[in-house]
Amino acid sequence: MQRRDFLALTALGGGAVFGSGLAGCATRADGTSAAGNGDFYFVQLSDTHWGYQGPANPDSAVTLRKAVATVNALSTPPEFIVFTGDLTHTTDDPAERRRRLAEFKSIVADLKVKTVRFMPGEHDASLDRGAAYKEFFGETFYTFDHRGVHFIAIDNVSDPGAKIGDEQLAWLRADLARLDKQAPIVVLTHRPLFDLAPKWDWATRDGAQAVELLMPFANVTVFYGHIHQEHHQMTAHIAHHSAKSLIFALPAPGSQPNRTPLPWDASAPYKGLGFREIEAEAAGSALKVTEFPVVRA
Amino acid sequence: MTAHTGRRRALKGVFALAGAATFARSGVAQPAAEPRVIEMTAHRFAYEPNEIALRAGERVVVAIHSLDFVHGMNIPDLGMRLDLVPGRVTRLELQPKVPGTIDFVCDNFCGDGHEQMHGRFVVSA
Repeated sequence: MQRRDFLALTALGGGAVFGSGLAGCATRADGTSAAGNGDFYFVQLSDTHWGYQGPANPDSAVTLRKAVATVNALSTPPEFIVFTGDLTHTTDDPAERRRRLAEFKSIVADLKVKTVRFMPGEHDASLDRGAAYKEFFGETFYTFDHRGVHFIAIDNVSDPGAKIGDEQLAWLRADLARLDKQAPIVVLTHRPLFDLAPKWDWATRDGAQAVELLMPFANVTVFYGHIHQEHHQMTAHIAHHSAKSLIFALPAPGSQPNRTPLPWDASAPYKGLGFREIEAEAAGSALKVTEFPVVRA
Repeated sequence: MTAHTGRRRALKGVFALAGAATFARSGVAQPAAEPRVIEMTAHRFAYEPNEIALRAGERVVVAIHSLDFVHGMNIPDLGMRLDLVPGRVTRLELQPKVPGTIDFVCDNFCGDGHEQMHGRFVVSA
């Protein structure tokens, strides 16, 4: 099957549907036919920054809990949930970091869907190279397969210099080597793998090497966080989609001198915040992305 | 070529000299031609000064002292970056040719305030 490279953005209710070319799902990650795989969807939440206190979100003590309630109220439960980093807001105090990680873990334990995948952001992991994070959530990079789609979680934050590193890149190369070039692949990570805005530190120092490794594969889609807003960009045929935050929104890349949080709008609480669901259609069509606010009307 | 890459290449062209070296605090000879030396400190979460005025054509060395962390100094427009190691002086050599503004940013995550650690060179005619 040829990869569909259409790209469409249309309004749908309170969110938006973004169709991108994951497509080609007729081939499983292991190279066998995907016939019989059903459609499924998963939810991406990102940048919850548990522990943040500041004017950009005076409601920070309850925002995550409200998002958990909204996810739990989805009419069709997702098959799994991913958190793409910055679970907690950073702190210099190792004990406080662990307290925040524990509180975060306790809050998201209320999610009805129990298959939840985590990955760190720089706020969780950069100051101790992921030591505390691993105590609570395990390895910082890993793979898993779901209904014929191969998921790869890449850690570009445990190194404070925003590097994936040679060891992890070798691991990625070895993992990809066993895949069919038509296999549907979803990459989950925290920072953009491409140079979105290096002046704002919105990049991965060796992200181009990861993209180069992924480039021979026809059906690759990247979901990431870090920039606290939706952003959609292609590097050749690879689509990159950033997620909204659940703590405060940040300005569009390069739209102002500095990357200071957008001010809280008391007349529209949670404006610019939210999460998304991602539907994979195993019949060979596209990924569909639907954006949701923190609280649904 | 992306717009960013194009701008970076264009800006590289306005600097006759853009290099860096890290030296221990003592025992290193200075270059024969004496550029203006600008002292800078880097600490969580600021460069001081964070705005440096330069004159087009002027050759300068920015001598950077990091006080508390291996901060980064990424200058995307010049396609270069530095690690600022405490206990060492990192020397950044510049010779801007045309007026303009060159931003720099810490790209080693250094804590709650990292996002505010940035600065710029302002080059006048």
